[in-house]
Amino acid sequence: MSKRTDSNGYTMVFAVIMVLVVGSLLAFLASSLKPAIKENERIEKQQNILYAMGVNENDNSNANFVSTKVAGDEFKKYITKQLVLAGDKVTQSEDAYLIDIKKQKANAKAGKVRKLPLFVGQKDGKTFYVAPIYGKGLWDAIWGYVSMDENMVVQGAYFDHKGETPGLGANIKQRYFMDDFIGEHLLNESGVFQGITVAKGNNDPKNEDKTDYEVDAIAGATITGDGVSAMIKKDLALYVPYFKNLKK
Amino acid sequence: MGLLSKKDAVLLTDPLADNNPITIQVLGICSALAITAELKASIVMAISVMFVLGLGNVVISLMRNIIPSKIRIIVQLIVVATLVIIVDLVLKAFAYELSKTLSVFVGLIITNCIIMGRFEAFALANKPWRSFLDGIGNAVGYGVILIIVGFFRELLGSGTLLGFKVLGDPIEKTGLYAIGYENNGFMLLSPMALIVVGIIIWIQRSKNKALIEEN
Repeated sequence: MSKRTDSNGYTMVFAVIMVLVVGSLLAFLASSLKPAIKENERIEKQQNILYAMGVNENDNSNANFVSTKVAGDEFKKYITKQLVLAGDKVTQSEDAYLIDIKKQKANAKAGKVRKLPLFVGQKDGKTFYVAPIYGKGLWDAIWGYVSMDENMVVQGAYFDHKGETPGLGANIKQRYFMDDFIGEHLLNESGVFQGITVAKGNNDPKNEDKTDYEVDAIAGATITGDGVSAMIKKDLALYVPYFKNLKK
Repeated sequence: MGLLSKKDAVLLTDPLADNNPITIQVLGICSALAITAELKASIVMAISVMFVLGLGNVVISLMRNIIPSKIRIIVQLIVVATLVIIVDLVLKAFAYELSKTLSVFVGLIITNCIIMGRFEAFALANKPWRSFLDGIGNAVGYGVILIIVGFFRELLGSGTLLGFKVLGDPIEKTGLYAIGYENNGFMLLSPMALIVVGIIIWIQRSKNKALIEEN
């Protein structure tokens, strides 16, 4: 039995029409929704930076940002300076938070100068320095914001990911993991950068030792944890010269 | 008789037990292993699949007479991928927080073999309303297993349910932990999901001998 739909001609025509319809539908949707999505991402960046310096609405165990409606105003209120470090030059820019870290990393690889954004915030009379970090987890990109004081002692951290395994690697954005970083030292006593390693079996589940350069790992998320250690080591090390200058 | 005739009702109830997509047809195992370390993720996945499978089945069923048989698998794949991407885009624009939670599931939904399996086995040969019921039934059957596995893995692996510490605090040593109970970290790893699914299959077949295949 041969049906009309079995002929090669029909199949070709169907395929072409289907691709055209689906392609233009998706292209139309993607481009018409793009401004709204971009805006959401912009606000999220502000929320992330504020979260790292402790401006958030955390309850007992959940991580909550300041609401999207007030994020812009809060950002203006708390972030006093947005700096861009490029080589030895330090400039101020209102849009430093929009710098694409991934692009800058690619620039550095291609031998160009990498722009490093740094956000200086004031809260309760304390100064926070918030730096973005970017790296790779098990499946896809992971990134975050770490806020430090002038001695590079971590004051807060926010991590996020694109596609880590739910319940395992995805838990890097849970309070119990992020809060462990608070108070950890990045530099040793003689001022050499050590980073923070996400370590298995560091025998310090309550994370009381703040100068061991280690936090407790998440069970079942070894590679994501290693990714977090790596991005902290690589990206935050770039800010060491700035902090050394600060002290002079 | 209300909304559903007896024949239609079977479409909803059959996949829940005697023709369950996971325990009987052994479809959708990959996602069942990947995302059941937490109860919340299991529930989110169950709802997402219900939405995509219900809608996808209807779309495929409406197109069933015009889809060329030579490229039907590709057409099915395009339909499910398009649906999922549309949902993802709309969520990103209007419900950003929710889309962040779902983002990782998007890829998993597209590759879920239950969806392709139902398109191929049912929607291509049945009317839209019956296909819709079949989609919802299979998604619920899939979701129930996911939620059972997620329940045990989160409870025994992390000592929590939906993030609440139901067994006490493992670090402060309260509740069950005060008398020496420890979380079983192995429950968080995928192999244990396979074992839990295996136990469910075992229980189900020992209750209903008709399900046991003859060799």
